[in-house]
Amino acid sequence: MNAIELQGVTLRQGGRTVLSRVGATIEAGEFIGVFGPNGAGKTTLLRAILGLLRPTAGTIQVFGEAPRNGARIGYLPQKRSAASNLGLNGRDFVASAYEGTRWGLPILGAEGRREIDWALETVEARELARRPLSDMSGGERQRLLLAQALLGKPKLLLLDEPLISLDPRYQRNVVDLVRRVQRQLGIAVLFTAHELNPLLPAMDRVLYLGSGRAALGSVEEVVTGEVLSQLYGAPIEVLRIGGRILVVSAHGEIEADAHRHDGHDHNHDDHNHDHA
Amino acid sequence: MPIATTGMTTTTTITTTTMLDYDFMRLAFGAGFAVALVAGAVGYFLVLRNLAFAGHALSHVGFAGATGALLVGIPPFWGLLGFTLAASGAMGLLGEKLRGRDVAVGVILTLSLGLGVLFLNLYTSSASQATALLFGNVFGVSRTDLAALAALGIASLLALAAISRPLIFATLEPELAEAKGLSLRLVSVLFLLIVGIAVAEAVQVVGILLVFALMIGPAAAALQLTSSLKRGVLLSVLLAVGATWSGIALAYVTDWPPSFWIATLGSALYLAALAWRRMKSGAQR
Ligand SMILES: Nc1ncnc2c1ncn2[C@@H]1O[C@H](COP(=O)(O)OP(=O)(O)OP(=O)(O)O)[C@@H](O)[C@H]1O
Ligand SMILES: [Mg+2]
Repeated sequence: MNAIELQGVTLRQGGRTVLSRVGATIEAGEFIGVFGPNGAGKTTLLRAILGLLRPTAGTIQVFGEAPRNGARIGYLPQKRSAASNLGLNGRDFVASAYEGTRWGLPILGAEGRREIDWALETVEARELARRPLSDMSGGERQRLLLAQALLGKPKLLLLDEPLISLDPRYQRNVVDLVRRVQRQLGIAVLFTAHELNPLLPAMDRVLYLGSGRAALGSVEEVVTGEVLSQLYGAPIEVLRIGGRILVVSAHGEIEADAHRHDGHDHNHDDHNHDHA
Repeated sequence: MPIATTGMTTTTTITTTTMLDYDFMRLAFGAGFAVALVAGAVGYFLVLRNLAFAGHALSHVGFAGATGALLVGIPPFWGLLGFTLAASGAMGLLGEKLRGRDVAVGVILTLSLGLGVLFLNLYTSSASQATALLFGNVFGVSRTDLAALAALGIASLLALAAISRPLIFATLEPELAEAKGLSLRLVSVLFLLIVGIAVAEAVQVVGILLVFALMIGPAAAALQLTSSLKRGVLLSVLLAVGATWSGIALAYVTDWPPSFWIATLGSALYLAALAWRRMKSGAQR
């Protein structure tokens, strides 16, 4: 069964059409990188898949059903909660999401405790369980959020910009982790990001959004000057250098994050050379 | 103190009057317990949700309600409760939009205080009514007052327990909770109604102006002292009860107002917890 099926989906947000008549089929167990400029509608699409936003036209199906209360979906929102500056420990934070919509006292029971242990272990965050959130680095918090998304053993993970504000080493770390978990559990992943390169080793296919449209396919098919120029509505060139991809606008402006990422890597290499 | 000592059979009778021999003191301790229990538990979630100032403002809205009730001749407590509930319901509906609206909340707070002053003036009562409302009058609690405080306290604790699981989820992970089908607005309204009751209760002990010390001080201290949620709530309740009882006892001994002592102890707890945390993280480095 397909994980996600979009048919002629139009999404409107705040009186504006964000996506118009988008179609896409994502299979179970696929790792999809979702890209596009700011405001392209990445977050809006994920919210629609969760059932938080109804399409004004077309249909969305998640495992053959209309989306309802994010059932069978693990979600890592882009908007981070303010809880991260509280002194609560990692375990209680993760546990808050375990059947958190049920009324009553937050008593976990043996099954709940096992599930939380499993999620923490899966993202290698056992040692974070007792530390306060306020003392953690961005990457450590990211792992806890991922553990939270895994509660309830979802068949689909929607990860909205999990790489934001992480350095290249940690970015690779998170991508590897998600890839490993995805393989191990056989789940589908939609992973939004602004940089292509860190995701290259992990992605099965890419979904590019822009100008209200979407392009889904392999990296070779989608990440080309022709396709991206259409989506961005501006001339775009794609350069491939040594297994890396640079997306360059014809105005001489390289996609900001791709540039930053590249720069970081060079510094890193130089650094190593100094020490060698 | 009559001490009878006779040679062979020694019967020593020492009669001292402790503070618990007085009815008003027993009532004060009882009322303080009922109120602190609720204030400690509710306050912890208020701090978690970053709504400390909103809680403070609620008590001021209650002042207009209480003085308005005096004016029309109903017991001030019911006016207080009615107004805090109405205001907290409205705040709950605003939900997320309330965050960062300190100016709007502050304006409503001042307006309510102003209205309260007007109502008091029209009522032309003695100043003692006003003082009791503003600074509390725990030594004036009657048996019926205590019964009402206990009943409301039990009801609000049960309600808090009933919503605690989704409340924690919605507080720590609002986006995720919403995605899982939880109505953030419903949780916010229910919680703030409970806050409304807790505030009306706390006013009975420490008064409108000092509610903050009882609801926020112990809770904020507990958040500094433990990273566990369960222990945090328990500690917050313990500290609130401790501060209230110590405050009442100290007031008996020193003859200074109990509200002064409770406010001082509540604030001192927070400062001490803050210092302790600093020292601990300093020692680790
Ligand atoms: N709640 C909202 N009300 C009104 N407009 C909204 C709302 N949420 C999003 N939008 C608009 O919808 C469009 C798509 O936003 P969306 O957040 O999906 O973009 P995105 O691709 O996730 O961008 P980013 O890379 O910045 O995260 C934007 O133009 C945004 O302004
Ligand atoms: Mg987004």
